[in-house]
Amino acid sequence: MRIRIAGARVLGGQAQDIEIADGRLAEPGSAGRPDLTVDADGLIALPGLVDMHVHLREPGREDAETVETGSRAAARGGFTAVLAMANTQPTADTAGVVEQVWRLGRESGWTQVQPIGAVTAGLEGTRLAELGAMARSAAGVRIFSDDGHCVSDPLLMRRALEYVKGFDGMIAQHAQEPRLTEGAQMNEGVVSAELGLPGWPAAAEEAIIARDVLLAQHVGARLHICHVSTAGSVEIIRWAKSRGARITAEVTPHHLILTDDLVRSYDPVYKVNPPLRTAEDAAALRQAVLDGTIDVIATDHAPHPAEHKCCEWTAAAMGMVGMETALAVVRLAMREEEGFGWDQVARLMSRNPARIAGLPGQGHGFEPGAHANIVLVDPGAPHTIDPADSASLGRNNPFAGTEVDTAVHSTFLYGHPVVLDGELQAPHPASKEDTWPL
Amino acid sequence: MALTSLLSASDLDRRTAVELLDLAEEMATVAGREVKKLPALRGRTVVNLFFEDSTRTRISFEAAAKRLSADVINFAAKGSSVSKGESLQDTAQTLAAMGVDGVVVRHPGSGAPHRLAQAGWLEAPIINAGDGTHEHPTQALLDAFTLRRVLHGEPASGAAGTGADGKDLAGATVMIVGDVLHSRVARSNVRTLHTLGASVVLVAPATLLPWGVESWPCQVRYDLDEAIAEFAPDAVMMLRIQLERMHQAFFPNAREYTRLWGLSAARLHALPADAWVMHPGPMNRGVEISAAAADSPRALVLDQVANGVAVRMATLYHLLTGEDSH
Repeated sequence: MRIRIAGARVLGGQAQDIEIADGRLAEPGSAGRPDLTVDADGLIALPGLVDMHVHLREPGREDAETVETGSRAAARGGFTAVLAMANTQPTADTAGVVEQVWRLGRESGWTQVQPIGAVTAGLEGTRLAELGAMARSAAGVRIFSDDGHCVSDPLLMRRALEYVKGFDGMIAQHAQEPRLTEGAQMNEGVVSAELGLPGWPAAAEEAIIARDVLLAQHVGARLHICHVSTAGSVEIIRWAKSRGARITAEVTPHHLILTDDLVRSYDPVYKVNPPLRTAEDAAALRQAVLDGTIDVIATDHAPHPAEHKCCEWTAAAMGMVGMETALAVVRLAMREEEGFGWDQVARLMSRNPARIAGLPGQGHGFEPGAHANIVLVDPGAPHTIDPADSASLGRNNPFAGTEVDTAVHSTFLYGHPVVLDGELQAPHPASKEDTWPL
Repeated sequence: MALTSLLSASDLDRRTAVELLDLAEEMATVAGREVKKLPALRGRTVVNLFFEDSTRTRISFEAAAKRLSADVINFAAKGSSVSKGESLQDTAQTLAAMGVDGVVVRHPGSGAPHRLAQAGWLEAPIINAGDGTHEHPTQALLDAFTLRRVLHGEPASGAAGTGADGKDLAGATVMIVGDVLHSRVARSNVRTLHTLGASVVLVAPATLLPWGVESWPCQVRYDLDEAIAEFAPDAVMMLRIQLERMHQAFFPNAREYTRLWGLSAARLHALPADAWVMHPGPMNRGVEISAAAADSPRALVLDQVANGVAVRMATLYHLLTGEDSH
């Protein structure tokens, strides 16, 4: 298929034409008569976004989300690759389960679905999952995480960090000291004191990060910190990077902009783990995005059925959906005039996560020959976020009613338009073939 | 202010709080009559929706509603999450379909009454009868009512029929001692006492004070003996200590807790001679309060219980009729 994207501002620069032939970028003018021409006047072209942290819920909780619905949501959000967390039922802790998720992703064909494997069997934190088997499976797992749970046993964490070095793997840690957060319902601070909800202290995140950056440097392993949420965590990561540790870190869009004051409503849409923190924490996270301490913005997209959110706070599930509104929310949180331009969006939401996750077809530049994973963004599309306008099964979006000005216009997945003018089109026709995506 | 529900002590400004206390004084006169009943809420239905056992609080609300001639339905719902049975939403919508006029809710989870009041599941006024470790506003009102009576005489409202405002608690110093962290009574009392002009001092080991307690409108001390000497309080309110807390390392053991934060006979003696002793009940005699203190002439524990009915009558009347007084 030949596609001509007319007049797109690549990374926010001057308008230019982009041509796609057979899934790759082509020299402008070389592709001949296009099968599809997209008028991109006023649109920004970015490399397809890569979400390092999503929960697709399948297998096991298909009432919350499926690989198919989550993939559609990803495409609508401009994501050409997503990394699916391992806390499914059964846990993605064997080659069989990660291959199932990987295969479901290819059968869907709306985005590239790369499974993350569990670090410990059943996420129980007591013995290693079959890390090598998952790495050698068809899914080719490189990132391992017990996300939802912390690998809290320091010896087990050390062993996991060392073991995955053998296949250039990486541990993505959900940093939460379990004893310090027993029964925790929200950030521990003046709001939790007033609301009488058990607190989740910042130190419970920071203590694990401090321990793990020391361990990772000691054994020379790669470590990724999921959903950093506190100012103190930023300080520790900055310090670890200055010492040369191989650390990367991610932040969610919601932690960049939402704060624990929202919990005063007791509306469970604001219940998430790690919890919403203070305005000072959110400001420190935004600064860390700007100065490079944080490498990745990832959504932690966590859909839940309505009955797990339409209840009292203490009984509600933790998590928020995010893929479809991530770009708009990031544009709301991070101001262009503070130095967060389109190239920074591409760096935090595409190039860095693609590099960290080891996805060679993703996060590329716009030179001819590159894989054509591209998102077209309309920066002048004011609209109000409506959770019902979603391909995800989850409606637990804390940004309901928020006015934003950025919308995903089109998403091209390996040269195929999966979204055009904001509407889902058709999955990639070759996604089930053995050669896809590479 | 016109209350639509009573979820938190912070719903009450000084004027509304004093009005409720004045109304409670009128309600208290009913208890002295041969026929302890007013027709005010005849034909209305009040539901006691209790997701957590509390016989004392339930019968206090039940007596209050019945003395106002309301019909009372007791709904004991154990468990609340999806996994445990009927959801809060379904329970609320069931009550709405039955056409209840007021819901008194007790719940183990902080914020559940807020959720009931704000989720749009039912229209009826909600009274928080204790939610998790959050608040218990009618307890704070009854404590304020009790204090106001002993400090200002009985009745402490303005002269009956003159419409004059009753007094507040300006100038009084109240010390609240014990497990503030887990206490909904303490949270509501700090707010209500502050709203009514009293000075509040919290005394507890630091483990049993919430992080961020400095932001509360009160003073905080760790040493009870020093605090008694420093503040010479008009009243001490002892909080119930749950002994299982020591297994979570909040304090070493019950003996040490009693030694350092219990109201012993010696500490009772160290208090000003006119200081009052309060406890929301049920008491752990010999732990946070000695028999000498609990049974002393200065103890107001049974007054608190008796006044609870009057205060809850006033709250129900105010919320269900939207009126301050007869």
